[in-house]
Amino acid sequence: MNIKILGPGCANCVNLERVTREAVTTLDLDAHIEKVTDYAAIVGYGVMRTPALVVDEQVVLSGRVPTAAQVRELLAPASV
Amino acid sequence: MSLAEHVRAGTPTRRWVGLSTAALLWIALYAVNRPFWDWLVGDVIGLDLASRLGSGVHFFFFDTVKIALLLIGIIFGVTVLRSFMSVERTRALLGGRREGAGNVMAAGLGVVTPFCSCSAVPAFIGFVAAGVPVGVTMSFLIASPLVNEVAIALLFGLFGLGPTLMYVGAGLVIAVVAGFVLGKLKVERWIEPFVFETRLGGQLIDPSAGLTWDDRIQMGVEEVLTILRKIWPYLLVGIGLGAVIHGWAPEDFFTRYAGAGNPFAVLLAVLIGIPLYSNAAGVLPLVEALHDKGLPMGTLLAFMMAVVALSLPELILLRRVLKPQLIALFVGVVGAGIVAVGYLFNAVVGG
Repeated sequence: MNIKILGPGCANCVNLERVTREAVTTLDLDAHIEKVTDYAAIVGYGVMRTPALVVDEQVVLSGRVPTAAQVRELLAPASV
Repeated sequence: MSLAEHVRAGTPTRRWVGLSTAALLWIALYAVNRPFWDWLVGDVIGLDLASRLGSGVHFFFFDTVKIALLLIGIIFGVTVLRSFMSVERTRALLGGRREGAGNVMAAGLGVVTPFCSCSAVPAFIGFVAAGVPVGVTMSFLIASPLVNEVAIALLFGLFGLGPTLMYVGAGLVIAVVAGFVLGKLKVERWIEPFVFETRLGGQLIDPSAGLTWDDRIQMGVEEVLTILRKIWPYLLVGIGLGAVIHGWAPEDFFTRYAGAGNPFAVLLAVLIGIPLYSNAAGVLPLVEALHDKGLPMGTLLAFMMAVVALSLPELILLRRVLKPQLIALFVGVVGAGIVAVGYLFNAVVGG
C-alpha cells in the first residue's frame, strides 16, 4: 500500500504524518509513506486544504488532522 | 465509506442535553466573571480597583476570562455553521463568474468558508487552475483572514454591535474593491507560470458531505481547541500589554501622538501594523486599551486590519505563486484600502 501525506510542511502536516505512522505501525501494514510538499502536485490531487491523506492514489481525507483511531479506520479496509 | 460514517457516538438526546448544559454553563461563567474578579482582586487581595496596579491586575484577569469565553462560544458556533460549506463548494460557486459580481460573491464566501491562511497557496492554485479569475480569487483570499470569526467575536464582545458591523462591512468592501482592482491590472504576468500549467486531477472530495450533527459538534470542539492552542500566547501578550497601557500609560500619551489631531495617524497605524505578525486575538486587547485612552476608532480598526490582513509569513508563503511585483501591488492596494477606511471612519464617527 502506498500512502502519501500532502502538505507544504506546516505543523498540521507533521501531525498528520505522525498519526499515520502510528496507525500503520499499530495495524502492522506493509505501507510506503511518502511526503508530497510540491504545491503543483498537491493541487493535482484536487486538494485545496492541507494537510491531506492519499492512499493508493485516492484522496481519503483533506483539510483536517484526524486522530490516530480515525486513520486506523481509514486504512483498515485495505489491510484485510 | 467516509470518515463521517466511522466516527459516531452518543444518542441524539444525550447530544442535545450535553450541548444545552454547555451553553448554560457558558452563560453562567460569563455572568459571574466581573463580580468574581471585583471580589477577588478588590475584597480578598485588597487592591484598590481605582489604583494603577489594581485596575491593571483586574483588567488582565477579567479580560482574559471574558475573551476566552467569547472565543470558545463564537468559534464553536461558527465552525458548526461553516461545516456546511467547503472550499471545494466555494470554488464551484465561483467558477465561471465574471469580475464584479464575482468579486462580491468571493468576498462573501471568504467569510463563510472554513479556511486557514496556511492553505492560501493550494487554494490559490486550485481556484486559478479551475478558471476562477485572479481578481476574484484575490477577493476571496483577502476577505477570508480579514473578516474572521475571532475578530468578530472579540470586536462584538469588547465594543458592541456598531463597530463590529463597521468592521465587517469595511472588510468586505476592501476585499471586493482590492480584488477588482488587481483583476483589472492584468496581474497574470506576475503569477508563477506553473500555476496555469497545473492540471487538476484526482477526484474531488467534498469534506462537507455526509457529516452528521455529532461530526459537526466534534469539529466545533476540535476547532476551539486548535485555535485556542494557537493563539493563547498572542492573547496573553496582547492582554498583558493592554493591562500595562490601561494601568500605567499617562492619559494623554497616545492621544498626543496618534489622536484625532494627527492627520498622519491612520497612515502610521497601517505602516506599523503590516509587518506586525499577530492575529485578531493578540491585537484586540491592545486596541481596547488604546481606545480607552482616547484613540479614535478608525485609526484603531485600520491598525487591526493591517495586522490581520497583511502579514509577513503569509506574504512569504504567497511568494511561491506570486512574483514580487504582484506581492508589492497586493500589499499596496490592500494597504491603501485600509488607510481609506480608517480615515473614513474617523471622519464619520469622529473618534
